[in-house]
Amino acid sequence: MNRGWSREEVAVRAARELRDGYYVNLGIGQPTRVADHVPAGIDVVVHSENGVLGIGPTPSRQLEDPDLINAGTELVTALPGASFVSSSDSFAMIRGGHIDLSILGAMQVSSSGDLANWAVPGVAVKGIGGAMDLAVGARRVIVVMDHLARDGSVKLVESCTLPLTGRGVVDQVITNLGVFDIAQEGFVLTELAPGITVEDVQVSTGAAVTVRFPETPVRGCRVAVSESCER
Amino acid sequence: MDKTFDDASAAVADLPDGASIAVGGFGTAGVPWALVRAVREGGATGLTMVTNNCGVNGAGLALLLQSGRIDRVIASYIGSNKEFARQYLAGEIEVELTPQGTLAERLRAGGAGIAAFYTATGVGTMVADGGVPLRFGPGGETLEVSPAKEVRRFERHGRQQEFVLEEAITTDYSFVRASIADRHGNAVFHASARNFNPDVAMAGRITVVEAEQVVDVGVLDPDSVHLPGIFVQRVVEAREVVQ
Repeated sequence: MNRGWSREEVAVRAARELRDGYYVNLGIGQPTRVADHVPAGIDVVVHSENGVLGIGPTPSRQLEDPDLINAGTELVTALPGASFVSSSDSFAMIRGGHIDLSILGAMQVSSSGDLANWAVPGVAVKGIGGAMDLAVGARRVIVVMDHLARDGSVKLVESCTLPLTGRGVVDQVITNLGVFDIAQEGFVLTELAPGITVEDVQVSTGAAVTVRFPETPVRGCRVAVSESCER
Repeated sequence: MDKTFDDASAAVADLPDGASIAVGGFGTAGVPWALVRAVREGGATGLTMVTNNCGVNGAGLALLLQSGRIDRVIASYIGSNKEFARQYLAGEIEVELTPQGTLAERLRAGGAGIAAFYTATGVGTMVADGGVPLRFGPGGETLEVSPAKEVRRFERHGRQQEFVLEEAITTDYSFVRASIADRHGNAVFHASARNFNPDVAMAGRITVVEAEQVVDVGVLDPDSVHLPGIFVQRVVEAREVVQ
């Protein structure tokens, strides 16, 4: 089966959910890469829960500062307009509903928007980190992830079998196969990756999928790095 | 008033066995390396550490774990810290996993004299419902899990929502890493090295600040002080960075 979007293309697609003026938190790993694809003309402030508001790109060697890192402990820069805060203030921004959008990774997402991404009992405990605060605190939560787990098991499920990070918190999921809203009726497929069919999605999803493409489809628009696409 | 000590070892010489210590730092930024090293070189054991990630592979608090001096950890993240994960899963230490924002606020609340607070973080998860493994047995079986906590509904911005009661944390000692401190303990942090440091500073009965540079009182502009000296009992100069 065609794999659909690459991980980078998923990050590009997620970046199209950014709106001008957003304060946005990007999770560790793939979500962090969304910052590399902010569409032209859109101004967002990237927050990192370790206490940086206004994260900029990876520094050149001369500008590296070991005290200036993101939550994934990667070296970053601070853009004009940035501020540094304590952990309690940083999480006041998150919990207090001041972050417009949080983009997170996940192990499982349920059709009612439950999120599981911190532990696999008996196998691995990554720890909770900031994920539980972001899940309930951010105004909007988007999950970016591979559609299937490495072992081929489904990650979009009726109900999560892994310990929850948050209950009913996810608004949208973007995978290599397409884009899904979490709505009253569960997963609503709104967009397919190129070469992917609705059946491809259905066989790879552990819950019912409603198909509802928007009237002005984004489907015809090829997602490509550094290519902007108007809805 | 002069809170300075000659070196890190002198500043933690009275640390008893079984003490609780809140430690600042996130990854390798803002970690009080010299104080952690001084504890390793001293004799104290059976310690409880309150820390975001309990060191990184082969450095900081991970070395204190390795030398078997820690009994209990309150932390938010394990990630790729192999020794931390190993000791937790092997039942060598007790770990209370706490959401990161809840951990920061529990420390801040402890230092601010607030006994407990309600937060939406963790509602509908094991954090509120109970069941997060605290201690594993040698065969990997779960011996003890976190208890269920009180959940209450409150209105916020006109919306009814569930919140879970989380208790504050206070500690016997707190270790802080600052960029500059004066002899009163007023401290300035640099960039994301601030992280948990102001929060742990408030929660400790004896808060020790190690600063890259210690200056005389009056050098720091009051407008630029991030951590007021009232939260600090001891100050040491330590140029040491990641070991």
